[in-house]
Amino acid sequence: MDHNTKIEIRDLNVFAGKTQILRNVNIDIPKNKITVILGPSGCGKTTLLKCLNRLTDLYPELKVSGRIMIDDNNILAAKEDIYKLRQQMGLLSQRPYPLPMTIYNNIAYALKLRGIRNRRETHKLVMHYLQQANLWDEIRTRLREPASRLSIGQQQRLCLARGLAVNPEIILADEPTSALDPISSQFIEETFVKLKNDYTIVLVTHVLRQAKRIADNVVFMYLGDVIEQGSVEEVFGNPKMEKTKLYLGGTFN
Amino acid sequence: MTRAQKVEEKFFKLLMILATYFILAILAIIIYSIFEKGLKSISWEMLTQVPQGGYYYGKGGGILNAILGSLALASGATLLAFLIGLPVALYLNVFLIRHKRMISIIRFLLDLVWGIPSIVYGAFGFSLLIFFGLQTSLLAGILTVTLFILPIMIRSMDEILSTVPVGLQEAAYSLGSNKSEIAFKIFTRQSFSGIITAVLLSFGRGIGDAAAVLFTAGYTDHLQVCSPGDLANGITRQK
Repeated sequence: MDHNTKIEIRDLNVFAGKTQILRNVNIDIPKNKITVILGPSGCGKTTLLKCLNRLTDLYPELKVSGRIMIDDNNILAAKEDIYKLRQQMGLLSQRPYPLPMTIYNNIAYALKLRGIRNRRETHKLVMHYLQQANLWDEIRTRLREPASRLSIGQQQRLCLARGLAVNPEIILADEPTSALDPISSQFIEETFVKLKNDYTIVLVTHVLRQAKRIADNVVFMYLGDVIEQGSVEEVFGNPKMEKTKLYLGGTFN
Repeated sequence: MTRAQKVEEKFFKLLMILATYFILAILAIIIYSIFEKGLKSISWEMLTQVPQGGYYYGKGGGILNAILGSLALASGATLLAFLIGLPVALYLNVFLIRHKRMISIIRFLLDLVWGIPSIVYGAFGFSLLIFFGLQTSLLAGILTVTLFILPIMIRSMDEILSTVPVGLQEAAYSLGSNKSEIAFKIFTRQSFSGIITAVLLSFGRGIGDAAAVLFTAGYTDHLQVCSPGDLANGITRQK
């Protein structure tokens, strides 16, 4: 495996009952880059993301086969410690789901799972991650309030901070800005660009402009197949496949 | 709107209004007759004294023994049912998540036992008493009522736990939580008010039901100061 590659997906097939959701997917996701997975709704983007941190285990109807190598480790292997695996990744979902506790404890809980129990250190890190997610200045006086009282945009940034608090190497983001207003979306995008020096980011989106703005690499998917992948200049500037051209031209979606 | 539609609309609106007032009227009559007949009999003495010399034949005393007995019975049974029911409901919703058929079978069975009349539980408890050669006691009553309200407790908690959003569960799993953490930290907190409702509902059923305890808790017309050891020893048996 190339040492610039963080995640290597080989022959990934996912079935839900008799329907095939992903068909022979092969993708290389480079380290410390933003890889955008692009495609119309229902093409299997979210399922692909859930394979990466084995959330697919929660759904008995999904049958996953193939190989996903992260740092020379096949994470689909049965013996893989999925709790450790999931801590290697921070997940940002379409809608923010703050845990039913205070703002402070949302982060502190993630820290505890990572093994940090010391109060002073917890305190310091909660502040650190909230700053990293661009949220600290807005809520520094409200840390003891329930997290559900924050606005949606703030909740999404709290979820990002919580995801970072488990000290992951990879950030998985599933259309993280689709429920947000433009300003909150911009916050999230800017944060991603800042974070890519330290993390490998996989972003699922169907917003072309967003992909163009922040992507380094683009994977275009359609109905469970990977149609085309490459750097953002290649895919957007000179798409090789007919379907990619049509999608980028806005002819279908 | 055509004329026919307007008539139809008016007709059904009238029906709904009539039904609503009918129910309200019945409620009002019930409340009125309770107060009308009850207010003149109720007194502080009645609530704070035990029966003296055949109260039920109209002589002196009060119903303190019955009030305390009911409270002790229902609280004990609710506590027990809660301690058994919460883990069951959490197990169904967190640990069995990959076994959808199993879940629906268990839910079906619980719904079935929910429908069993309480007198059957009473008879069942009574036959257990005979089998073990015990006397009627508060403990026997508590156990019987626990059995009776357990399905209610489990199903109403289950109902509320099953509404915890999948996205929230995924968020918690993606942080690396294990299933017991998710059950006790996420599910119970997210559904806290619903769990309280389930407890109150069960308590209400337990305290309101006489048939289940008719044979098992026995009857007494006095209060006894008791030690826990006496509980099983037939402290409330008929003299």
